[in-house]
Amino acid sequence: MGAAPILRMRGISKSFHGTQVLHDVNLEIMPGEIHGIVGENGAGKSTLMNILFGMDVIHSTGGYEGSLEIAGKPVDIKSPLQAMEHGIGMVHQEFMLLPSYSVAENIKLNREVLKPNLVSRLFGSGLQSLDYERMYRDARRALGRLNVGIDEFAPIAGLPVGYMQFTEIARELDKENLRILVFDEPTAVLGESEAAHLLKAIQEIAAEGIAVLFITHRLSEIMEVCHNITVLRDGRVVATRKKNETNVLELAELMVGRSMQFNTNSKRQVQRGKPILEVKDFKVDMPGEQVRSVDLTVYQGEILGIGGLAGQGKIGIANGIMGLFPASGEVKINGEPLELNSSQAAIAAGLAFVSEDRRGVGLLLDASIELNIASGAMFGHGKFLKTWGPFSQTDRRAIRENALKYIKQLGVRCTGPTQKVRQLSGGNQQKVCIARALTMNPKILLVSEPTRGIDVGAKQVVLDLLRELNEELGMTIVVTSSELAELRSICSRIAIITDGQVAGILRPDDSDVNFGLLMAGQPIEKGA
Amino acid sequence: MASNSFLKRIDLARLIIAEFFVFLCITAVALRLNLAELITSSLSRIGMWSVLVLAMLPAIVSGIGPNFGVSLGIICGLLGGLTALELAYRLDEIVQFSPGILFLMAILFSLPFALLVGVGYGWLLNRVKGSEMMIATYVGFSIVSIMKLAWVFLPFTNPEMAWPIGRGVRVQVALGNRGLAQLLNNFLAIRIGEVVIPTGLLLSGALCALLVWFFMRSQTGMAMAAAGSNPRFAQAAGISVDRQRIIGTVLSTVLGAVGILIYSQSYGFLQLYEGPMFMPFVAVAAILIGGASVSKANITHVVVGTILFLGIQVVAVPVANAFTADWSSMGEISRKIIQNGVILYALTQAGGE
Repeated sequence: MGAAPILRMRGISKSFHGTQVLHDVNLEIMPGEIHGIVGENGAGKSTLMNILFGMDVIHSTGGYEGSLEIAGKPVDIKSPLQAMEHGIGMVHQEFMLLPSYSVAENIKLNREVLKPNLVSRLFGSGLQSLDYERMYRDARRALGRLNVGIDEFAPIAGLPVGYMQFTEIARELDKENLRILVFDEPTAVLGESEAAHLLKAIQEIAAEGIAVLFITHRLSEIMEVCHNITVLRDGRVVATRKKNETNVLELAELMVGRSMQFNTNSKRQVQRGKPILEVKDFKVDMPGEQVRSVDLTVYQGEILGIGGLAGQGKIGIANGIMGLFPASGEVKINGEPLELNSSQAAIAAGLAFVSEDRRGVGLLLDASIELNIASGAMFGHGKFLKTWGPFSQTDRRAIRENALKYIKQLGVRCTGPTQKVRQLSGGNQQKVCIARALTMNPKILLVSEPTRGIDVGAKQVVLDLLRELNEELGMTIVVTSSELAELRSICSRIAIITDGQVAGILRPDDSDVNFGLLMAGQPIEKGA
Repeated sequence: MASNSFLKRIDLARLIIAEFFVFLCITAVALRLNLAELITSSLSRIGMWSVLVLAMLPAIVSGIGPNFGVSLGIICGLLGGLTALELAYRLDEIVQFSPGILFLMAILFSLPFALLVGVGYGWLLNRVKGSEMMIATYVGFSIVSIMKLAWVFLPFTNPEMAWPIGRGVRVQVALGNRGLAQLLNNFLAIRIGEVVIPTGLLLSGALCALLVWFFMRSQTGMAMAAAGSNPRFAQAAGISVDRQRIIGTVLSTVLGAVGILIYSQSYGFLQLYEGPMFMPFVAVAAILIGGASVSKANITHVVVGTILFLGIQVVAVPVANAFTADWSSMGEISRKIIQNGVILYALTQAGGE
């Protein structure tokens, strides 16, 4: 390995609208090195990469602090185009390919090899013809470096995802000045053998002297290919380790471990009632949050947490049960089978849902607070209506009284029950969502991402509220959250979802290592 | 911030049009035009159009947007009217219907057409979510053209409406012979000096508006509004969004049918063939001028819009004529400019939120 690092990031800090997302991050990569970056969602990985690529989100929000050096020279990357000129390439999570073009055309897109013709001599170089022979030769060479037998003439549409991924990589390799290549969760969409092949290809790319930044949740892959590993947590580098000085257990602990304090409520897990919600071989087709096969039992009177990394399927479970995305499998409530794919059936069975998409699914933003609170019970259970035969009219007085009750009880800060929900802060909107669910008088309350996008003070209020509902009213609650600490502070059991399945169910006071391992898709070793 | 929200509430376009109306009225006074006649014809025009403009409301609220295809409802209403006239003619030997009964029969006969067509049209609009307005416009144009053929072949035999030679229905069918013309206008009409208030006409518009208002406060009406303003919310609340959109479309079509019958009795004729072609645009422009957007509307928008837009139509013509005596189409031109300008303006605001 050369003595000088090809990329050096020094003291990188970045804040968005007053929220510090990166604190003094340092990173050094040698040519030919494979450097792994691990961290939970929100640890700052993507922000770091956006800085490296000069993405607009960085510069339109006030830039960043710290310095970037490439091959020893300080650089200031202002746009993705400049990043490309500096020899930085990226293999995207979502493929940036044109389906109807061939593999070779995609590899050469916007960098086509041209040859002059009669028309272009007359009317300018914009009309030169493509030199297909050379384009195919270049594409063939780039694909050859990856050791894959992809037909460069084949159109992208219809290729297996693995081949699309390799086409993306080949496109980057074909750029002659490529010095640094970033892989962002490259194996997320691949099958096992494809993933293995990809890891091998990454090692071969590095062997040619290209520095590789490898971002993934999968600790086993990190351990397999990386030379050095940087662990990010809450925007800070918590550790940089050489591969042979660390192990999966340590990485898992570093990734999850929190300095933040939380009180587990382990004392209450004894009061376990009868099963109230049973889910068997449950599959949900929710884009980006596929649930592949989940078996889960929720007991009367408990708070069950559902955790895991983004994209692993935890969000899909509640959405599937509520009939919002196509689902299959078996769901029983109090032993009675629930009709799937029907929100009406789920609501009639006594479920209420506080969606993770508060503004999109949870609320009618331009309607009043009182109407939002009443709407669930009105549409779901026919409450708040005066009826005369087939005719009905809303019962304005009952709606008002109910709203006033919850505004007081949950402490919604508003000018009055007729204020539009759009004008409320995130935390108060969330309270309206919860009030709406409570008005439905549910047997089971499903809450997804209850604290997303609300400020710290309001977070605690919402969590306390859920705990009170459970303790004082004995309400069964299923909380889905990306914030492990918050699940550990209120739940009696926590199911970790990885790859669309339950990786394991942990107690809130289980060790950080166990949480980290389950989230990274590793089995827990007994006695660890 | 404060001035910003103030501007938003008033909305520049609405302000300009309201000012234009006021300007026209002042000019009319200054020119010593016949005010009594202007007020009388304004009132009757406002009443004529009120239910057709009201037909836009359920469409916008249920999420399909302004119903540019309300010509479907209009044609259903015309069919109902023709059927009633035909039946009256065939039963002439046995029984004579009073004009009131005949008018109710026309409405009654138009309902099955409107319900059926509304369901089919709603089903179609559910398949083209996102481009309803464009599809609706062309559905309207196509159906008017198809009906031009149909009017020729429909087996009506009443000589009051058939072409004198051969088969087919005339371009305009007079309603005067059976006492239908001005039926509502004259009902309880009040005369103050030279001003005539068409009480019955205005009352029937108000009655329709009241019924729609009650409907909007019912469970179905609330569900429809939820489905229109946030389909994903509605789905999560157990509401069938597609069903609500069909209900909205049916209601709009039915109101279109009733609306054209109210319009026609005031006008004195059923206008067939080209007649319904451009009527939807007037109704769309009126509710938009009243303050509605392509995704939000209420009864106030209907009332304000009908008064403003149709008031302008009536007042603009004599005012323009007074200035350009030898260019008599000036009034019509200014109406077109406002109508199409407002629709264009509303469409550009569609995604603005």
